[in-house]
Amino acid sequence: MTALVIRNLSVRLRKGPPLLRRVSLDLAPGEVRGLVGESGAGKSMIGKAVLGILPPSVEITGGEILLEGTDLLRLPPADRRRRIGASCALIPQDPLTALNPSHRIGPQITDRLVDILGWTRRNADARARELLAEVQIPDPDRVMRSYPHELSGGMRQRILIASAFAAEPRLIVADEPTTALDVTVQKQILKLIAGMQARHGTAILFVTHDLGVVSKVCQRLSVLYSGMVVEDARVADFFRAPRHPYSAALLAATPKYTDPTAGLNPVPDAVIEAVRAEVAAFDREVAHG
Amino acid sequence: MLDGRTLVRRRAGLRLWLSAGWLTLLCLAALLAPWVAPKDPLAQDLFLGRMPPFWMTGAEPGYWLGTDSLGRDVLSRLIHGARVALTVALVAGTITCIVGATLGLLAGFLRGWVDMVISRLIDIWMAFPPVLFSILLIAVLGPGLMSIIIAIVVIDWTRFARVVRAEAMAQGAMDYVASARVAGRGRISTLIREILPNVLPTIVVLLTLEMGIAVIVEAILSFVNLSISTDDPTWGGMISEGRASIHQAWWVLVAPLVTLFLTVLSFSQLGEGLKDRFDPVLR
Repeated sequence: MTALVIRNLSVRLRKGPPLLRRVSLDLAPGEVRGLVGESGAGKSMIGKAVLGILPPSVEITGGEILLEGTDLLRLPPADRRRRIGASCALIPQDPLTALNPSHRIGPQITDRLVDILGWTRRNADARARELLAEVQIPDPDRVMRSYPHELSGGMRQRILIASAFAAEPRLIVADEPTTALDVTVQKQILKLIAGMQARHGTAILFVTHDLGVVSKVCQRLSVLYSGMVVEDARVADFFRAPRHPYSAALLAATPKYTDPTAGLNPVPDAVIEAVRAEVAAFDREVAHG
Repeated sequence: MLDGRTLVRRRAGLRLWLSAGWLTLLCLAALLAPWVAPKDPLAQDLFLGRMPPFWMTGAEPGYWLGTDSLGRDVLSRLIHGARVALTVALVAGTITCIVGATLGLLAGFLRGWVDMVISRLIDIWMAFPPVLFSILLIAVLGPGLMSIIIAIVVIDWTRFARVVRAEAMAQGAMDYVASARVAGRGRISTLIREILPNVLPTIVVLLTLEMGIAVIVEAILSFVNLSISTDDPTWGGMISEGRASIHQAWWVLVAPLVTLFLTVLSFSQLGEGLKDRFDPVLR
């Protein structure tokens, strides 16, 4: 069974413009799918919709989100919460705000296991220690007693990764997990996520605007523009020959570290206009039923 | 070596201890007033009117801060006045805090219609001039300790609600709240477990400020004779009486003024000091 299927998901600002336009994608168990696009393209919005943490200012206007075959949008809120809590986790973007500054690290990892999944405190503690060791944190016992502000950004992101994998979720949404980190740490964190993913066999929805990251950790990707999926492809195929002109331009715009003298290639205006026309045509079609 | 952090901490510590010390002294004096006050605060002795405090010539032994125009002991009256002042500060401050902070947390975290209702209420409330509003309330409720407390709660809850709402809103946007929600925590549980601890330092500062304000409000109302019955000494009442004899006996006015000033200052410094000490980010 597929881990996650999204069919025709539409999200809009309440009484405002659409943010996601009939987005469809699927995710096999243990697969990593990249969601790429410019800022505001709606990539994070998809992750938030899946996890049920959309801001109150937006609403889902249609579509299905099937988590292991169950449509989350048809479940009563309490059941949905429980279901998401039991099988999903989030690796957030900014490690600086993703840990509660008032609580020590240990309880932040274990409380969820104890309070919500009903583990014993002893098992949860052991599990947290084991995971912190797995993400290569030296002296897990000391770290579990620390407050977040006593640790570096890279450390905190490792802790968040450990915490995300703690309950063995089947699906993780990684919302630009490396964007807030500096380049040297980015690489380690990426390796870590890929390693953890491979060992635990977790499906990951990997939100990023960095195609370089996609090529390293993802098997498939969806390219978004203005809330519309313009291309859904296998990563290998995509990097060899992108099908949509916008994704081709996006790929061409990625700077090549191997050739520092090469200039930057911004996405040409003509391509932007073409893809905007596509979005407008889609909206007209929706309006006319 | 003293680095900047230690220095700040040490200064904060001094501030905390001085203000806590004064307030403790005051609390003890208020609690033990019948035993520690040297004289009966209501006993008049017209032969001993307007006696100066102990360091001036012509002072009467046993009357440490002198006497007022009716010959009543100023120190004993201050000590008994502390009972009213501190009762109002603690009771009114705490109730105002609970009401205002709860509404602020709910509005800031739940947003939506809850926020709409509470925010509009705050806006409307703040349009009333507070002093007139309190005098009006007392006029309706009738003077008395209970009325003062009610008036302070009714008027000042917006102070807490406004600030706590903004703070809760800022905390609610943090990723750790999203993580807690994903993990399956309910809204109220998230509010109490995740948001409240981070808003608490702000609430503590507001609470101590509010206690200082409550002391002032009580003094204002007893100054205009809208507090408790005029027999019992209050600081505001003493200021009002002292005003009449400022040229003959300044100490009758200055003693309650200084006490009031130190108390309000201590409350605000206590809040700042506690915040510096218990905020894990500053610590």
